[in-house]
Amino acid sequence: MSTTITLNGKDTAIDASPDTPLLWVLRDHLALTGTKYGCGMAQCGSCTVHLDGVAIRSCVTPLSAVASKKVTTIEGVATKEAKAVQAAWDKLDVVQCGYCQSGQIMSAAALLSTNLNPEDSDIDAAMSGNICRCATYVRIRAAIKEAAAELGAQS
Amino acid sequence: MKHLFSLLENNDSSDASTVDSQVNRRDFLKFVVIGGAGLTLGLSLDSAHAEMSGPGKTSADESLTNGQFAPNAFIRIEPDNTVHVIIKHLEMGQGTFTGLSTLIAEELEADWSQIKPHAAPANAALYNNLLWGPAQGTGGSTAIANSFEQMRKAGAAAKMMLVAAAAQLWDLPADEISVSQGVVSHKASGKSASFGELAELAAKQDVPEPEEITLKDPKDFVLIGKRIPRKDGGKTDGTAIFTQDIKLDGMQTAVVTHSPRFGGKVKTFNADKARKMPGVTDVVQISTGIVVLATDFWSAQKARETLDITWDNSQAATASSEALLTEYKTLAKKPGLPAKKTGDADQAFKNAAKVIEASYEFPYLAHAAMEPLNCVAHFTGDSCEMWYGAQIHTMDQGAVAALLDLKPAAVKINTLYAGGSFGRRGNPKSDYVLEAAEIAKAKKGTPIKLVWTREDDMRAGYFRPMYYHTLKAGLDKDNKLVAWEHRIVGQSIAKGSAFEGMMVQKGVDVTSVEGASNLPYDIPNMHVELHTTDPGVPIQWWRAVGSTHTAYSTETFIDEIASAAKIDPIAFRLKLLTNKPRHHGVLKLAAEKAGWDSKLPKGRSRGIAVHESFNSYVAQVAEVSVQDDGSYKVERVVCAVDCGIAVNPDIVKAQMEGGIGFGLAPTLVSEITMDNGAVKESNFHDYQVLRMNQMPDVEVHIVPSAQAPTGVGEPATPVIAPAVANALFNATGKRYYRLPIKKA
Ligand code: FES
Ligand code: FES
Repeated sequence: MSTTITLNGKDTAIDASPDTPLLWVLRDHLALTGTKYGCGMAQCGSCTVHLDGVAIRSCVTPLSAVASKKVTTIEGVATKEAKAVQAAWDKLDVVQCGYCQSGQIMSAAALLSTNLNPEDSDIDAAMSGNICRCATYVRIRAAIKEAAAELGAQS
Repeated sequence: MKHLFSLLENNDSSDASTVDSQVNRRDFLKFVVIGGAGLTLGLSLDSAHAEMSGPGKTSADESLTNGQFAPNAFIRIEPDNTVHVIIKHLEMGQGTFTGLSTLIAEELEADWSQIKPHAAPANAALYNNLLWGPAQGTGGSTAIANSFEQMRKAGAAAKMMLVAAAAQLWDLPADEISVSQGVVSHKASGKSASFGELAELAAKQDVPEPEEITLKDPKDFVLIGKRIPRKDGGKTDGTAIFTQDIKLDGMQTAVVTHSPRFGGKVKTFNADKARKMPGVTDVVQISTGIVVLATDFWSAQKARETLDITWDNSQAATASSEALLTEYKTLAKKPGLPAKKTGDADQAFKNAAKVIEASYEFPYLAHAAMEPLNCVAHFTGDSCEMWYGAQIHTMDQGAVAALLDLKPAAVKINTLYAGGSFGRRGNPKSDYVLEAAEIAKAKKGTPIKLVWTREDDMRAGYFRPMYYHTLKAGLDKDNKLVAWEHRIVGQSIAKGSAFEGMMVQKGVDVTSVEGASNLPYDIPNMHVELHTTDPGVPIQWWRAVGSTHTAYSTETFIDEIASAAKIDPIAFRLKLLTNKPRHHGVLKLAAEKAGWDSKLPKGRSRGIAVHESFNSYVAQVAEVSVQDDGSYKVERVVCAVDCGIAVNPDIVKAQMEGGIGFGLAPTLVSEITMDNGAVKESNFHDYQVLRMNQMPDVEVHIVPSAQAPTGVGEPATPVIAPAVANALFNATGKRYYRLPIKKA
């Protein structure tokens, strides 16, 4: 059975059982491996992608739930918020092992797309679903603020 | 793994009577020499082994290409001016790709932008850890420490050959030629050339003898000690390749159902339903459980849920955390095997004016790295190729070779980035690697990817052991600490592994007592004793190993004694730290930067702890705020570290920040519970770890030093729990004898 989604801007037909979580569709059927598996139960945020621009956990989102919708992954994300986030991440050398970081970046980009001036409590609320076992949290927080400042300066 | 390190380094906190110093190097060789290749302890200049592998390069060897300059096992300079650096240590986030590259680039005088790191293949002769002997591996915070001279010499030798090539080409004296930022030049004539342009000719120059190589004066360093960007790229755009991302032609994904109870075996199983499910290619039995193979993960996982397995639990573990604690408490009442004995503590206690006693409980802990364990293996019958985040490469290689009846050289390991490890991927029994190899053997000719789910990862072990400590201190009438007795009860990590010969001395596993047997405080009468238990729960090292519990018990107990003596906890420590200048240095720096003597904002309290592990010294001041309901937050941490020369100060800071965050999880929330030989927790909802909203502000200060660098991956982790507990005491007046501290 085929399901069509708009993936990273392109209509994409997928031949997978409709109950397959989007995460495994991306990773195993479409070879988009930037989105990571960490828990499979919406606990860690490694698998975060954007569904119609909103951050969701792809490990608990069946393919059937995203039919005809717009899905953006780390490979395709190109909003100005995402670019600012990636640049800030590189500038502050946020990453350690890197495994959680696709998810962190997708969550941070989604946060900045609705809140250009996040307070610490906003960052806590938007980012506490994304676990980083390397505990790069200090730098994630700083990089979000850095990206916000950069975006503020641009606009 | 600290004692491996202590063999070659003079640790100022070591003591002739501690177990550490009795380690016999030859025992280590006996157990860990695998591969039979010759041992090259110094700088290897063998360019016959030009294979490279690693992230983004997951296939075959890279043989020498035309015009390439490969002066030694660590450097390949291409005509296109790229300097490929071969990294012998696993990159698991701690920064080896950057740190080791920095050492080479410094002496090679390369431009940072032309450096490209790659993971080295498994090869004990070329890529061994110099502090371990003939084994290639990453652990004990040794990556920079053991590479500091070796990598710089490799870079310096290559530079000499480039200069010789330029001298020949330009017909000018070599000593008039200089190198800077990747350019070889002759000032007077204005001639210059890039490394790439000289590569072919450089390859024809004589390789310098080790004694001809001179290293730079540290005052001339241009990269070491500076903030330079990391080299483990691809981690912000999803292009970095981890084991989980490997896809080979015809590859099948394998998931394994293990016995819920440790030591249980498959009695019977029925896989009829699973075999009929879409995508499923096979179901096989291996020694650790039942494997479902499929074209993709989800198909394998769904099919696995339909397996009907009966377990033979006749040999299964029965351990429960609660019962173990009762058993450990009973054991602690009796003297254990001596790990350290100075003076006569028993007599000193009799004469003491005041005796203080406390006991401490530590649960099992899971590593729970963000990337659950996985391993790709392809066995063809006469060779096996593997792709994963190898941490003790040549031990895994030997274990797989033995299982598959191959020569170690026929096991080719492609080391990928690890999505964290915290020790887990360096399993002393190569557990998950052997599991992958066993599946590959059953599926000869088919590449397989073993994938553990988070639940598998959390329930199959291996864990930081559960421990119970008792501590007793005697003060004389002047409040001087005169007697100390410390008993530790728990499992031995090294026992039954390849490391036993080296790490267990006279029945005492050094990893159980490190941090306690070498307590830095000057106490005339001191007994440290160990009871080793064996409840059948699989255990191994966990970031900072023994110090994860010994730093907590000793540093909270010292604080308790200081307050009983009514002396400021820093002053009390400093007085007992005789001839321990580096402990003094970090304590004073942390105290000064935290404003120890200044007033805190309302509602805040602070506490301090200091601890040396892996020859690095860390002190932390934690600030906490406590609510009426007992909930609390760690608001701020000021950390001082002395790790010798900080090769990359920004990565040192990152490791302190991350190490503190990692250590905060078991301080606040993490705990693995045994129940009748099985693990209760299964995923991040019940095995909680640190999240963004729990992370304090962290400020890191590095003690300036000219001493050889020591590691930073682990030493921050054990210090945070006692610093927080001591801060909580200052808020509540209570002492905390059990981790995690869920309520103040
Ligand atoms: S893998 Fe989806 S939230 Fe953890
Ligand atoms: S960088 Fe390692 S888990 Fe986040």
